[in-house]
Amino acid sequence: MIEVKNISKSFPDKKVLNNIDIVFEAGKTNLIIGYSGSGKTVLMKSLVGLVEIDEGSIIYDGRNFTQMSFKERKEVRKEFGMVFQGGALFDSLTILENVLFPLNMFSTMSKSEKLDRANFCLKRVNLENVNSLYPSEISGGMKKRVAIARAIALNPKYLFCDEPNSGLDPVTSIVIDNLIKEITQEYQIITIINTHDMNSVMEIGDKIVFLYKGNKLWEGTKNEVMETDCKELNDFIFASELTRLIKKNKV
Amino acid sequence: MNQIMNELITVGFNSLGIVVIISVFMGAVITLQTAYNLENPLIPLYLIGLGTRDSMILEFSSTVVRLVLAGKVGSNIASEIGTMRVTEQIDALEIMGINSASYLILPKIIAAVVFNPFLTIISIFVGIFGGWAAGVMSGAVSSAAYIMGIQYSFTPFYVVYALIKTVVFAFIIVSVSAYEGYYCSGGALEVGRSSTKAVVYSSLVILLFNVILTQLLLAH
Repeated sequence: MIEVKNISKSFPDKKVLNNIDIVFEAGKTNLIIGYSGSGKTVLMKSLVGLVEIDEGSIIYDGRNFTQMSFKERKEVRKEFGMVFQGGALFDSLTILENVLFPLNMFSTMSKSEKLDRANFCLKRVNLENVNSLYPSEISGGMKKRVAIARAIALNPKYLFCDEPNSGLDPVTSIVIDNLIKEITQEYQIITIINTHDMNSVMEIGDKIVFLYKGNKLWEGTKNEVMETDCKELNDFIFASELTRLIKKNKV
Repeated sequence: MNQIMNELITVGFNSLGIVVIISVFMGAVITLQTAYNLENPLIPLYLIGLGTRDSMILEFSSTVVRLVLAGKVGSNIASEIGTMRVTEQIDALEIMGINSASYLILPKIIAAVVFNPFLTIISIFVGIFGGWAAGVMSGAVSSAAYIMGIQYSFTPFYVVYALIKTVVFAFIIVSVSAYEGYYCSGGALEVGRSSTKAVVYSSLVILLFNVILTQLLLAH
């Protein structure tokens, strides 16, 4: 369980997060949604320690991450997997080397075991025969899948995905969403996803948190989203004619 | 260790070609310019060889080559690390619990500091050879006089001085450039800017330290 307790973060000209309080549970896909600039990315970067929060605490299974030293955080971070918006694959390494990278850094496995594990992870995300290619030689969707394979290589307890569907076509987006959902349930990990994608909300949102101007305005499940009376959330989710039609038909 | 070996190739070995080319031409030019300026028949021609040797050791192979490498290696390091920063590759390393600065920059510093003295030694020899070839082929100095010049009044400490400067300048190039890349933020434009800043700042710091080290090491 990840407990986010009253965290706040300000930058010199703006308060980006204001008293955010959330609990993320294992085996669930937790979606953080909101307008651009609502604080989603800062929240996610705060969770993983890339941004230092001003107030509050972040607790990973009883361990207060906020109060940890650099060395202690380093240990907890070995339990993290993160899929960045652009994939963040290492350009100078092949696909296989990218997936092997965390294993080479932290695993005590033998060379052949590491290779087996990397190949298993690549196969798990439906990628085969791309091992020797470089990131620049594969498509955006494949990059995202490699990033997921790299993120799960060390069997993380916590998986963070920053807009995993951005720049992908609707079909590939659904493939990525389903993959993340399957992995979350299969390994009973805590997955937190930043997204703008309403398909993701409807498909895999076990828990949805809506951020609005740095505040947590709403939280609930994908079913509850349809019936919410939160005006800002309705404006955000049902912004298009199509989504309004879906809602109308469902209601 | 693998990382250091890769950097030895990227930061060091890949610069060998440009160092050889500029050294041979610079040695040739120093010889020809010295020869054309020696109009007094009382001045022995072997001083041309001596002048080329000392110019190469004292200034060219240690400082001017480093200024050229600040352009080549410095911009390369800044843009490589800067691109890793803006494409979140450095964040990815941090998330994995890796000290990104240590992982990315330390091998480059070690490789540069280890390999650059070899480049300086090679540059000195190649430059002196270039001077000999230009001097003999143009008829400005005889082979015997040139060879006598390069052996005349040799001060071994000059080589030590050149190598100390080389090590310091190599450290400056990598650290300044890596700093510019590491703290780059934004997009492609900022990566380009950080690359330019890396070259300008590392060149300026090299020139400043050239004065300081010369005063410290050569002043009596």
